[in-house]
Amino acid sequence: MAVGEAKTYKIPIGPVHVGLKEPITTWLEVDGERIVDIKVRPGAIHRGIEFMARERNPIQVIYLAERICGICSFAHIESFVRAVEDAASISVPKRAQYIRTIMLELERVHSHILWAGVACYTFGYDSAFNLGLLLREKVMDVLEAVSGNRVNYGVGTIGGVRRDITPEAAAALEDMLSYYRREFAAFYEVATEDPITKARMRHVGTLPPEDAVRYCAVGPTARASGLRVDLRWSSPYEAYADIEVTPIVPQDYMGEVYGDVFDRFLVRVLEVYQSLDIIEKALSGLPEGPLMAEPKLPKLLALLKAADGVGWSSIEAPRGDDAHIVKLTKGDENVTWWKVRAPTYANIVSWPIMFRGQEIADAPLIVNSIDPCISCMERALVIDKRSGSSEVLTKEELLKRSREKTRRLMGR
Amino acid sequence: MSVLIFVAKLIAGGALLCLGVLLALLYEGVDRIISARMQRRFGPPLLQPFYDVLKLLGKESIVPRRAVAWAFNGAPWMALVTALMVFLYIPMGALPPILGSEGDLILITYLLALSAVALVVGGFASGSPYANVGSQREMVLMMSYELPLALVVSTMAWLVYRRGIPGPAFSLETFSSLSLWNTVGWVGALGLLSLLLALLAVVPAEVGKVPMDIAEAKTEILEGLISEYSGRNLALLKLTYSVRTLALCAVVVALFFPWSLGKAMGLSGVGLFVIDFVWFWIKTFVVQTVGVTTVRTAFGRFKIWQAARFYWIQVGGLALAGMLLLTLEVAIY
Repeated sequence: MAVGEAKTYKIPIGPVHVGLKEPITTWLEVDGERIVDIKVRPGAIHRGIEFMARERNPIQVIYLAERICGICSFAHIESFVRAVEDAASISVPKRAQYIRTIMLELERVHSHILWAGVACYTFGYDSAFNLGLLLREKVMDVLEAVSGNRVNYGVGTIGGVRRDITPEAAAALEDMLSYYRREFAAFYEVATEDPITKARMRHVGTLPPEDAVRYCAVGPTARASGLRVDLRWSSPYEAYADIEVTPIVPQDYMGEVYGDVFDRFLVRVLEVYQSLDIIEKALSGLPEGPLMAEPKLPKLLALLKAADGVGWSSIEAPRGDDAHIVKLTKGDENVTWWKVRAPTYANIVSWPIMFRGQEIADAPLIVNSIDPCISCMERALVIDKRSGSSEVLTKEELLKRSREKTRRLMGR
Repeated sequence: MSVLIFVAKLIAGGALLCLGVLLALLYEGVDRIISARMQRRFGPPLLQPFYDVLKLLGKESIVPRRAVAWAFNGAPWMALVTALMVFLYIPMGALPPILGSEGDLILITYLLALSAVALVVGGFASGSPYANVGSQREMVLMMSYELPLALVVSTMAWLVYRRGIPGPAFSLETFSSLSLWNTVGWVGALGLLSLLLALLAVVPAEVGKVPMDIAEAKTEILEGLISEYSGRNLALLKLTYSVRTLALCAVVVALFFPWSLGKAMGLSGVGLFVIDFVWFWIKTFVVQTVGVTTVRTAFGRFKIWQAARFYWIQVGGLALAGMLLLTLEVAIY
């Protein structure tokens, strides 16, 4: 090695790492503390959910869709059922639309507060982390009051919702709104005015607007880079057509936009307030009427069996644009084809831009800054380590491998 | 006679070291509970650090294939022993230090530094990239906080010398014989206060707690220095961190808060020794709560360059200001 030549070495972050929520490997090439290059290697948590769906009917697939992710589970249901409704031309009653909106926003509150807490945890700010988890508890209680479950709510179904917002649930919601308007200020202060948060988050993991456009960032990540990207605003669905939603971008609040982790933090914290406003409006304007387009399950299944075509839906999940594409074939009871594109998939490609030139200490924070949901993102993609080539698995190939594995496990 | 004294010192030293280990773990348990209550959590049981250490002692100690085994296994012993030795040089209340005549404040700072160096050696010897990064960070951190530490220690000794307090200037016994706060006017008190603050700012870095746990950084480099350690070695390292925390807080008390409760109550003899001994540990506990627990609960982790700048500019400046104020004080009076 020549004198003065920079010697780099590689550090793996993941697949199991305290600072990450889920398994993904990012190989950092570092020179001292500075990150020169980054390689992302997913593939640790692929579960073959889309493949499983092809042997189930749409109603059963709802429960699969719900389990893609534990945090944005309703967003995945919502996107899936909208795609199916699109394919089968089912129209949803007004009251169900409002209840779906409320559920989506509750989930956004829950997801954003959890993320903000975890982000603080990644730089050792345990007090803010605990404060975040404490504040999140209220929305979890309300989710339980509305749906009966704290995780995987089981509210959405094709053509409507399965749970009504009862007067007790409405009271719990009102209570939650006043609770957050009162208590969330503490966390808002931690997030925006605390010198420690600022020192650790400002100018870290910067994603300039032009790169955000080039790499198709979505959701809060794109909005933090100053892009006005919000599906609730640009293509309103459900009750958002009646409720005005404007995308929250940092330049409207701070006067300038850096596109760094701090801006992402700010956007998410402000969106919690926005969600509270939306919930309040949806709750006050909750129309009367049926909850489902077709309450009788055999009739609905027959309707879906007769449907033919491809349905598409894209909604604004807490982390961004969550797209589902569903194909239903006439006479086939099962979902013929289903494709999920989770927001993380769109955001993860901008990691190299965020990482280059940063320090190792920032790595978990940057990884977390897009709020990655790896199990949402990982689809059937196999990367051959030796040749570096990748292939998409076909149904036959997956089936073959699964049988081989079963035989291997059973010792045959 | 000298043999008798030697044996007595040996017994007393052994007892003191055992007490130091027990107290360090106990205080760590209290520290975790207080920190948890500050965060509105319930926290672990008081004896959790004991359980941790005992559990780890019974577990297998794995040496990585790429590690340099003797350095990897030797470093935890070295770190623990050097940290424990500090107790032998601290006067506890009215009790004179066991090895008082053989060592002084400079030796203590070196012992604490040596314990950190042993950790660094262990980190480098483990051959893991995380430990490597952690060791580099620890070295940078040491280079940053040694300057303010040296400034504080030398200024204090200089003040003792100029005030004509009997005894060797650098010996801790001299500091504990008379409170320095009584010997200075308000300018000097201000100077002493800034020295105290500078020393308290060094404490988290010295003991590896948030905001200066940069070398360990759980969520960044997976405990850094100690990421490859397991079993008995990890138990020793856990003990080292607790013992260093306690030892450094005890040093702060001996330097700045030598006030005797027993004398104020007019006691003498055994009563004075016992009361002052307990009083000393109470003071240490208060210092640890203020200097370590509160700070680690209120802050997030710094980055290494932020920590280096903090110690060189802010804390170094504070120590320098203290030094100048004390010089002024001596020049005036």
